Amino acid sequence: MADIPDHLKQRAKAAKEKAEAAKSDSGGSASASGIPEHLLKRSKAAKSKGDSPSSDSVVASAGTAPAAGGGDTGAAAIQTGPGGHTQRLLTVVKAGSIQDIKSKPLDKVHTWPHLIVVEFGAMLAVTAFLIVFSIFVNAPLQRLADVNATPNPSKAPWYFLGLQELLTLFHPMVAGVTIPGVGLFALMLAPYIDKTVSNKPEDRKFAISVFTFFMMFWAILSIIGSFFRGPGFNFVFPWEEGIFFEL
Amino acid sequence: MASPQVQKKSIAERVSDSVGSLSDNVQGSQAWNSIFRPGSVFRKGYTDSPRNRSYVIMNSVLYHLHPVKVKRHAVKVSYTLCLGGLSFFLFILLTITGIFLMFFYTPDAARAYDDTYTIVSETSLGLMLRNMHRWGAHLMVISVFLHMARVFYHGAYKAPREFNWVIGVILLTLTLLLSFTGYLLPWDQLALWAVTVGTNMMGFTPVIGDQVKFVLLGGSVIGTETLLRWYVLHVLFVPFVTVIFMAIHFWRVRKDGGISGPL
Repeated sequence: MADIPDHLKQRAKAAKEKAEAAKSDSGGSASASGIPEHLLKRSKAAKSKGDSPSSDSVVASAGTAPAAGGGDTGAAAIQTGPGGHTQRLLTVVKAGSIQDIKSKPLDKVHTWPHLIVVEFGAMLAVTAFLIVFSIFVNAPLQRLADVNATPNPSKAPWYFLGLQELLTLFHPMVAGVTIPGVGLFALMLAPYIDKTVSNKPEDRKFAISVFTFFMMFWAILSIIGSFFRGPGFNFVFPWEEGIFFEL
Repeated sequence: MASPQVQKKSIAERVSDSVGSLSDNVQGSQAWNSIFRPGSVFRKGYTDSPRNRSYVIMNSVLYHLHPVKVKRHAVKVSYTLCLGGLSFFLFILLTITGIFLMFFYTPDAARAYDDTYTIVSETSLGLMLRNMHRWGAHLMVISVFLHMARVFYHGAYKAPREFNWVIGVILLTLTLLLSFTGYLLPWDQLALWAVTVGTNMMGFTPVIGDQVKFVLLGGSVIGTETLLRWYVLHVLFVPFVTVIFMAIHFWRVRKDGGISGPL
């Protein structure tokens, strides 16, 4: 993280050497003070104007100075302060009001390579897992569909077995349609119901408990529907009567 | 003794020189540079610098998916477990294996089962790709579920991401529909009766139950019409809708300021 790239180090070194060389060349006091030559000249001229208002350079600089009232009154317009200064303090602005930035800098890293490498690794891992799994485990293919031979039990795909389990408890209109419909709708509304701003687990105990409760409820229903329901969708123990479950 | 060694070295050098100049010519060619935009890692003279790291994303199609920089915690596998990205990747994998299966499958009750049987018994790689399609589909349902749980436990659906959560719930529903519509296609006992149970449930929709069931089955009982209907839903309609919602989902992730957190 803290490593400065080599090319940047070289660039900084070159710049330092160049500055060194320039300093030793001029050896001048002007460049050392950091004030550009032409500004020094102008201020010197303005200072001397107070004494002798008819010099050429003074007229030229007065034209550029915003403080000057006009061409003919230029000499009188420039006022000098107590110390002979030609500038004055207009106002003091607090640093915060002009330096405040809206967005705070975030700790960020480059997407390439940091994120892309992780994503690529995850892709490879899943692909490898799927290929190996598919080599060793065959997807089920039973005999030709026959509308006259109802298998016992008939089960929905596993992700609907929680619903099928509910069917044993409620009227189909409630279990098969109303509960999943209301459930999905409530899920969509979650961000509009949960108004707490913090995303820290300790501030969200209620939301997390409710969500976990429903997830567990759903998981238990699905597990019962998958493994504890046998012929006639009657309750069985899988270790006694076997598993009636196909993926 | 000295001269053969010199000779040998110069051959190796000549080989490496000619390989070098060949790759220089290829990488310097107009065609190559028209394919790989400035900053691509495949361009000639790519060096690892902050500027080039930015260009790799900014000047490639990846820029539609990722910004140049992401929050540091976002690249930690332990934060996202890659679940959203893997759901998307499984969708792509299922598209690829699904297209393969489409070449050998006819959505006709008289042929569907035989076609499926031919795929797993006679077609090259057919068994393997059908297995991958089936297991991949189950895996996608699981990963979408887990992704939703992960997002919930991180409170990642809070403002400004509320609507993206809604899109996500729609995508979860679409994932289940994708899986369920594919369930019927092998036309075996498992398919027929799982779908019978599922559609009977939907037939209990209040007020319009019978109509819903009729539309789903393309008739009053499961038959060839149902198979054709579910085939079109499975390979075209639902994936089409899913892609649209995925585009909005991914776009909103970026517009809402990247992934949420850190906690």
